[in-house]
Amino acid sequence: MTRIFQDDGSVVPVSVIEATPNTVTRLRDVEKDGYTAVQLGAGVARRSTKPVAGQFKHLDKDHQRPKSVREFRVDATDGYEVGQELGVDVFEAGELVDVTGVSKGHGFTGVIARHNFKRGPKTHGSDHHRAPGSIGAGTYPGRVWKGTRMAGHMGNEQVTVKKLKVVKIDPERNLILVKGAVPGARNGLLLVQKAK
Amino acid sequence: MNAIKELEREQLRSDVPEIAPGDTVRVAVKVVEGSRERIQVFEGTVMRMRGGGLNKAITVRRIASGVGVERTFMVHAPRIDRIEVVRHGVARRAQLYFLRDRVGKSATLRERRSN
Repeated sequence: MTRIFQDDGSVVPVSVIEATPNTVTRLRDVEKDGYTAVQLGAGVARRSTKPVAGQFKHLDKDHQRPKSVREFRVDATDGYEVGQELGVDVFEAGELVDVTGVSKGHGFTGVIARHNFKRGPKTHGSDHHRAPGSIGAGTYPGRVWKGTRMAGHMGNEQVTVKKLKVVKIDPERNLILVKGAVPGARNGLLLVQKAK
Repeated sequence: MNAIKELEREQLRSDVPEIAPGDTVRVAVKVVEGSRERIQVFEGTVMRMRGGGLNKAITVRRIASGVGVERTFMVHAPRIDRIEVVRHGVARRAQLYFLRDRVGKSATLRERRSN
């Protein structure tokens, strides 16, 4: 993240999202596929396997190896055509967007980091430091309730941050500047959609 | 190459003087009053500096009508009209919090000799 000084003097914390134009790689229609959708490809993969490459051989050279491919359901595919490029200018400053990404993986974490449990005293004879404490009652129910918060793997899951404000669009450098934090590690793959 | 660094570099101001803790500076800030914009000058001692690059900020302390006033300015903010260094003071530490406990002459710093 960085910050942007605005004309009125305020300072806005922003996440910088680089979005090289996405290519329409395929259109799905009701007759052939049973549903309508637009398939978009983003980035350039270092290499692709033959079966994957075959999916994109109808495109021109620059777009034959998308790094990431995803279909988006639409009511009608009018206005889209295969090979078309969708850049950052589909968004405009001031608009609200939802940003989806995969959060940073934290590995196996204890209950304090994972569920914001309180810690016990560190000293004064305490032997209850970062343990979870009681995980349930005794004879009834005689077992641990499902869904009880415990230690385990944290992060590396899909997270959506909703209604982030687009502060600025930079079509020349393919940048979207969004107010606030965005899920995932640096250089991670993100999905930016208009807020619902 | 790095988009964030590029964005930060573009926002940097080139007219920022070299400032060190202990310096006396005059900061002219643009203030909006209703529909009018005027420039307000705040002069005092640089008590501390924070951050680097675009995030660089200085905290300036002065005594205004008997009351100590501290203001923090983002050095590269466009709302700052200009910053002038009036005097270089001798400071042997980075954060001059001891100035808060001092009044009168003991709150002044020796001037730095330039040669």
